[in-house]
Amino acid sequence: MAELNTLVADKKSLANLDVFSSTLQELASTDKHILAVTSDSRGSGKLVPFGQKYPSQIIEIGIAEQNLVGVAAGLASTGKKVFAVSPACFLTARSFEQIKTDVAYSNNPVKLIGISAGVSYGALGSTHHSLHDFAALRAVHNLIVVAPADNFETEQAIRLAAQTDHPIYIRFGKKAMPLLSEENQQFEFGKGRIVNEGDDLVLVATGETVYPALQAARQLENVHGIQAMVISMHTIKPLDYALLASVAAKGCPILTVEEHSVYGGLGEACASFLLENGFRNRFKIMGIPDEYTVTGSQIEIFDHYGLSEIGIADMALNLLQKRA
Amino acid sequence: MSLQELARKSVTYRKNILKYIVGAKAGHTGGSLSCVDILNVLYNYVLNVSPETAKSPNRDRYIQSKGHTVEALYVVLADKGFFPESDLETLCKYQSHYIGHPTRKVKGIEQNTGSLGHGMALSVGTALAAKLDELTYRVFTLLGDGELPEGSNWEAALSASHYKLDNLCAIVDKNTLQISGPTADVCNTDPLDKKFEAFGWAVRHVNGHDFQELTEAFDSLPFEPGKPSLIIAHTIKGKGISYMENQLKWHHGVPNQEQYAQALTELEEAGMAL
Repeated sequence: MAELNTLVADKKSLANLDVFSSTLQELASTDKHILAVTSDSRGSGKLVPFGQKYPSQIIEIGIAEQNLVGVAAGLASTGKKVFAVSPACFLTARSFEQIKTDVAYSNNPVKLIGISAGVSYGALGSTHHSLHDFAALRAVHNLIVVAPADNFETEQAIRLAAQTDHPIYIRFGKKAMPLLSEENQQFEFGKGRIVNEGDDLVLVATGETVYPALQAARQLENVHGIQAMVISMHTIKPLDYALLASVAAKGCPILTVEEHSVYGGLGEACASFLLENGFRNRFKIMGIPDEYTVTGSQIEIFDHYGLSEIGIADMALNLLQKRA
Repeated sequence: MSLQELARKSVTYRKNILKYIVGAKAGHTGGSLSCVDILNVLYNYVLNVSPETAKSPNRDRYIQSKGHTVEALYVVLADKGFFPESDLETLCKYQSHYIGHPTRKVKGIEQNTGSLGHGMALSVGTALAAKLDELTYRVFTLLGDGELPEGSNWEAALSASHYKLDNLCAIVDKNTLQISGPTADVCNTDPLDKKFEAFGWAVRHVNGHDFQELTEAFDSLPFEPGKPSLIIAHTIKGKGISYMENQLKWHHGVPNQEQYAQALTELEEAGMAL
């Protein structure tokens, strides 16, 4: 378990949002084509310092998400590197057709940044939760869909997004994110990142559920001697089919974990690939069930639905049929 | 190009619109005939774009928000040399790039449109980029009066005046008919001028089939410095074909051979009179 010993569970770790903001500032300092376009989300998107340093590179649209995405597409069509920043719930629901038509269909390389994703807004309720975005945007052709799991992945995703001439959606939450691993520092869109090795079980997680999955793997080893591989499947689309096939070929159970509806997200994407390719591993999708979520903080909601260290470890034991 | 030459062009464009719609057995005939004079003036008098400058950073941009009347745009772009006119024989046919709504697969088309209420926001972003880059290009977008209830238009209209985009000109092809009936009955957007003025735009009315009024309006842009410009072009759906004018059924009706022959006769006579 040497890899896990390097886990940095520092409560002072930055939130992915802060990493996004600081990375964007760094990129903008040398590239005047970088633009942040916001829908009254300068504060919640941690873009205040960006706006202070680069006032000519931030564009405020106001609370008008359809317009946000349409304007971003028009800007991107001229060669601007446009980061359209808005709460994930509104960005992906209110402007779905603009994402489909103005961004993806027209191939305007907007970088859509969904902030406070999943249940980050916790107690604000289901209007503010984005538990549909993977499902909706996976079905849009010509769009990369990414959910970074820690500060390293977020920084890499933003840097790569600025360089890629392709429409992309990146979503992350609000809370501080511990580093998953200091050893595996490889990041590429479409390539899952193995953050813990193991042969007994595979945990395929994405976004802010990767960390509790990693903690669950540590508990499984320490308490039960079970070696669980943990994959940060940061790119939902295109999915890393090669990695999935290679781990499924080992025959061990596969558990997927995501801060998203159990419908249409990472889990179903993995399931369809595995079934269509003849794999018959024991398999379980963990996510938010088909209901409007309970009230609480993000952590409380994770706990409620079993997306916590304990919940994931319990589900793993069920899947392995090793419960006492 | 003289006003008479523009008028002659439009006769040819109308013949071609009908020719290719009849060949495809599909298309938005009435709206293409109502907006084609506007496109004629844009491409032959206003826009500084050509096949050679189609990727130039400082080209003027035209974004057709009312994408369903793409047949009018296709015949104008073909005439300007963006692609061979014979390509339009494939209009709406299997695997053709010349589909029933604008697509960037066709040279000269700036943005994919089709669903309504998208052109304004795309145009605002494009015009804003010109301001940021201190380039002199202008952005033109054609809206249908029937698409104006889409809220995205009004979100974009707010942004256009907020950012003082006097390099943006929107034209409403106000033919007063949409698929379900008179626009005023479906969802009345009048008084359109006062609504846009209240949103911070400078507005003019023109006869959308009068080349002098159209060219004078485009010559006057921006109507007010610091404000986006709106041209409300009063047009006739099915313009130029007697049995189509102001008739709802020609929204996407396709003429049969007899009707097509009559339409060509009427257009020949109109051309002879010029």
